[in-house]
Amino acid sequence: MNPLAVSAYTATTALGRGKAAMLEALRRGRSGLKANDFDRAELRAWIGQVAGLEDAPIGGALAEFDCRNNRLAAVGLGQDGFKESVSKAKAKYGAQRIAVLLGTSTSGILRTELAYRQRDAQGNLPRDLHYRHAQNLFSITDFVRQALALEGPAMTISTACSSSAKVFASAARYIEAGIIDAAVVGGVDSLCLTTMHGFSSLQLVSDEPCRPFDAARKGMSIGEAAGFALVEKIGASSIALLGYGESSDAYHMSTPHPEGEGAFGAMQQALTRAGLAPGEIDYVNAHGTATPANDRAEDRALVRLFGKRVPVSSTKGFTGHTLGAAGIVEAIVCFLALEHGLLPATVNSSAIEPGLESMVLLENRAAPVRRALSNSFGFGGSNCSLVFGA
Amino acid sequence: MLSGAAAFEPSAVPRPAISLLPPAERRRCAPSVAWALAVAQEAVASAGLDAGALSVVFVSSDGDGDIVHRLCTALATPAAAVSPTDFHNSVHNAATGYWSIGAHSQAASTALCAYDGSFAAGLLEAACQIAIEKRPVLLMAVDLPYPPPLAPHRPVLHGLAVALVLEPGTGLEISLEGSEPTPPPIGDFQGNASAACLPLLAALARPGEALVRLPLAGRVLQVRKI
Repeated sequence: MNPLAVSAYTATTALGRGKAAMLEALRRGRSGLKANDFDRAELRAWIGQVAGLEDAPIGGALAEFDCRNNRLAAVGLGQDGFKESVSKAKAKYGAQRIAVLLGTSTSGILRTELAYRQRDAQGNLPRDLHYRHAQNLFSITDFVRQALALEGPAMTISTACSSSAKVFASAARYIEAGIIDAAVVGGVDSLCLTTMHGFSSLQLVSDEPCRPFDAARKGMSIGEAAGFALVEKIGASSIALLGYGESSDAYHMSTPHPEGEGAFGAMQQALTRAGLAPGEIDYVNAHGTATPANDRAEDRALVRLFGKRVPVSSTKGFTGHTLGAAGIVEAIVCFLALEHGLLPATVNSSAIEPGLESMVLLENRAAPVRRALSNSFGFGGSNCSLVFGA
Repeated sequence: MLSGAAAFEPSAVPRPAISLLPPAERRRCAPSVAWALAVAQEAVASAGLDAGALSVVFVSSDGDGDIVHRLCTALATPAAAVSPTDFHNSVHNAATGYWSIGAHSQAASTALCAYDGSFAAGLLEAACQIAIEKRPVLLMAVDLPYPPPLAPHRPVLHGLAVALVLEPGTGLEISLEGSEPTPPPIGDFQGNASAACLPLLAALARPGEALVRLPLAGRVLQVRKI
């Protein structure tokens, strides 16, 4: 495929607002996880929370979009001069030629969850639910589209935890097909009760900070994040999307294929589109959720494709698993790796499970990174791998 | 009906049986998934293509209302204990997940939402996949009525499920042109975003060239049948 330039990007996670905060935390090996104190805090869990959203309501013309997820989006858009970069692209191409493609798994459902506690005697929900502008999956994309005054095609991609990786693949196709010249891609997912209690019901949530690939890992820690990137045919930055791969497990709704069959297919496709051999990848940011099944299956797929010589880490111990935002957050970890020669550690993990054979980094490593691959896998067996280069 | 030969008379239809799925998955999947797979299976059979060769695009203007209602009801109780099956069925890509299992297909799949523009969003994604990756695409769209108490906040009068198999050289050209969407040819599908497919289906059902315009979040997707 023709490389797609990544001309601006920003991430807001539990590590802080903007990419400098993320880089600093990665350098210091400082996790953003804390003991769960969200809402009624029923679950013994650790969370990756973005501070200050409770005090940042959305006002003005877009006030009806006010909900935790859109607040997080608004904070995210305000970092790293991202809006200014979009304005420049708008002047260059026109608002109608820039798409908005965002991933989310739960959008603003928290507002509906809380509204169910306020049902009246007849079971009616409060009138100010604002279903369309909060809970609906398109709410996040509609909000960002209007906040940035963009008029190109807009849609939400919601394929669970691969959502905001797949936005890069769709953007690449739309630009190649000539439908648009540029796209704002990314994803936003925020803490809510559905995912916290849902993953817990499947016994996938750890009661301690998540430890990807560790022998003693007990599951995931859920986080929230907003991440955005501006992609175009030719951009100012040297970072580019070189390849993408998308596949299905065709195995089970909530358990990965034990040999990582679909994951292998997605990674192989991404390398083929990039025209690269496995040995040309300098760093892999694994999906690495820290559930026993995911890490084992992903390790099988990684070893089959890369052998044991490519450095791999999962950064979910830093941010938590940000679900529908994980794809963009970890793409941005790869951008930082490419720009700063930093291969981040798998923080919180100390002893890799015997039998896992990938070269999992337990300490930060400084080395030039010219090509990085990021994996994102989701429920329903939805897999996406991205290859970025500098 | 779409060609104008018969009248539109809505009637209640039972949940379809999905021969594609193993018994456990058949029981577990939500009504929206059952409908998506029923129409998909029919479309793929009539196209005479191998299911494994098709990448899949699923669209709906939101998640399954029954599941959202059950999850939120459970979460409002002090124990907040949700059904693990409801939770894994709540992902927007549940239909593509079940499809991949039933059809034994490891092909790429995606699930999109653009509120009232959802069907056009799916068509745009499918068209770009066909143009760039030169492979056939199975497009499925489903919207079903919401249960109370959600129904007043998203009124959907009738359910609708549709599947199309689109191949390179299908004879449809799309572009982002025009301003007014084509009005629906039949029935009152008020609030049902998937019903945006009806002008296109009517054009396909009738002989000759046609031009339809479908809503796409502030834009219009023009489809020319040649």
